[in-house]
Amino acid sequence: MSDKQKKASAYWRENVRYLFLLLSIWFAVSYGAGILFKEALDTIQIGGFKLGFWFAQQGAIYVFVILIFVYVRLMNKLDKKYGYNE
Amino acid sequence: MTVQTWTYILVGITFALYIGIAIWSRAGSTKEFYVAGGGVSPLANGMATAADWMSAASFISMAGIIAFAGYDGSVYLMGWTGGYVLLALLLAPYLRKFGKFTVPDFIGDRYYSKTARIVAVFCALIVSFTYVAGQMRGVGLVFSRFLEVDINTGVIIGMIIVLFYAVLGGMKGITYTQVAQYCVLIFAFMVPAIFISIQMTGNPIPQLGMGSTLNDGSGMYLLDKLDGLSTELGFNEYTDGSKSVTDVFMITLALMVGTAGLPHVIVRFFTVKRVKDARKSAGWALLLIAILYTTAPAVSVFARTNMINTVSDQEYASMPAWFKTWEKTKLITFEDKNGDGKIQYVADAKQNELTVDNDIMVLANPEIANLPSWVIALVAAGALAAALSTAAGLLLVISASVSHDLIKKVFKPDISEKGELLAARLSAVVAVVIAGYFGINPPGFVAAVVALAFGLAAASFFPAIVLGIFYKKMNKEGAIAGMVIGISLMIFYMLKFKFGIFDGGKSAVAGLQKDWWFGISPEGFGSIAMLVNFVVSIVILQFTPAPPEDVQEIVEDIRIPSGAGQAVDH
Repeated sequence: MSDKQKKASAYWRENVRYLFLLLSIWFAVSYGAGILFKEALDTIQIGGFKLGFWFAQQGAIYVFVILIFVYVRLMNKLDKKYGYNE
Repeated sequence: MTVQTWTYILVGITFALYIGIAIWSRAGSTKEFYVAGGGVSPLANGMATAADWMSAASFISMAGIIAFAGYDGSVYLMGWTGGYVLLALLLAPYLRKFGKFTVPDFIGDRYYSKTARIVAVFCALIVSFTYVAGQMRGVGLVFSRFLEVDINTGVIIGMIIVLFYAVLGGMKGITYTQVAQYCVLIFAFMVPAIFISIQMTGNPIPQLGMGSTLNDGSGMYLLDKLDGLSTELGFNEYTDGSKSVTDVFMITLALMVGTAGLPHVIVRFFTVKRVKDARKSAGWALLLIAILYTTAPAVSVFARTNMINTVSDQEYASMPAWFKTWEKTKLITFEDKNGDGKIQYVADAKQNELTVDNDIMVLANPEIANLPSWVIALVAAGALAAALSTAAGLLLVISASVSHDLIKKVFKPDISEKGELLAARLSAVVAVVIAGYFGINPPGFVAAVVALAFGLAAASFFPAIVLGIFYKKMNKEGAIAGMVIGISLMIFYMLKFKFGIFDGGKSAVAGLQKDWWFGISPEGFGSIAMLVNFVVSIVILQFTPAPPEDVQEIVEDIRIPSGAGQAVDH
């Protein structure tokens, strides 16, 4: 394998690792907190919101937005590290 | 001034603005027509994507659906936003690097096959046509209610406007009109929401107002109050659903994956300059969408509470003016079953005397809350912006599929640049006319099919694109078989359980519910069809030859972000 290819596959591995991490959070806040564990979380009340209901109708969406911007930052850094930035 | 005068003024101004932008941003080349020249800034593209995405369904119907479904409505909130995470992380950057004009372009090149391209075109056309017909209907609805013209005249006016700027400006015209339309629609959605939030809870931020205490001195939380009212009338608790956990899970997944697979959304990411711009504009798009999507559930809570308070057990004769106006459109109906002159609004169908269409909650909300006329007119202008921007984006996908993917790539490869541009414009005209026809003569199933368009996109495009990027060895046989079987299975399930085709028609649908596979509704079945697509693709791959070396090199190349340049001319 040439150096160029080695670099490319190292970059790709790190990228995929980020994806796993971010998508686990994506899954946890929506399918986890908003659906599968909704009942249990609903026993906790914050202000007028039951927590599970809040995740399903508000919280998950805020986390989604944050996830994409975190991804943008992580990838911009990664691009720089491997010299793929432009 | 009356609501109608205000509506004429606001709709007139916004339409003039859209037309002005269209004239200023005419497309001169196919590249400008398909991808706006490829130099749109991330923020502008984010705004355009948000407007492209938020259709009449998001603006008019969603808050209304949630108002009646309560927690069950969360599937739309999570499904239609969570898809952007998939889009940003799994698709947009790589498709931008690939750098062509359309989604079938990617499928056709990545799977080195004309058949794959044609299958993709076919899927794109099914998805886009079902979707666009619903938008034209939304335009007609707004015109008929607020400007009191015939619903068909409304559709035709909408057609002419869209035709004008989509045909003239192509993607370039659409992009900049969508930026304007985003501003109009978000302003129109937020103003009444803020007004009503202050009115009911004293909190100007609707997202917080939803979880605050009521303004009436009782010190009771709004959501608790609504839960109480709902159970009193025999409905489920608002914050608790009636759908099974499995079904909620599957519908959310189908909507998320479907969102990520919608061609008119994906194609927006071809219009930015670099891969990093594609990532960033996905972030902007979701942020701008989230403003509406986190406000909508608050609007639902306000609207439902207000409505119950206004109508429940009140004299029919004392109903406010808005009630009578909406009755005329047949979207509110009242039948005094027990003859006491009062409105009984309860869960039990035998005693319930009032039916309220989902679609009027957002439109009627400002009237129910007694807001000034200009706010009511603003909502009409916002709804039109939402419907027109989505319709235009879809029409572009349809016209590019025909002129670029079919004519240029399959039937007449030697067509000149000028010829292709003309073909693109002509196919946009034909598409508008067909969409308008379905808007005027809705084939009964439009609304149902719009929801299922996501299932169709999830079952066809998503797996083929993701495998194309993340699985270098995926070959054409696997991908084509996956797409064909995925979309066929989805269509079969739809026909069987949504339209009852094999069991004697629509009337049989309710009785078939117990036969749903794994208890999954047709709306959620896209998730299963998607999994089947993945499995079929991978199994077929084991028995067929690996893709050629140069294709595997393409895959390696799209994984590296640098050097995207402009969308490649070809």
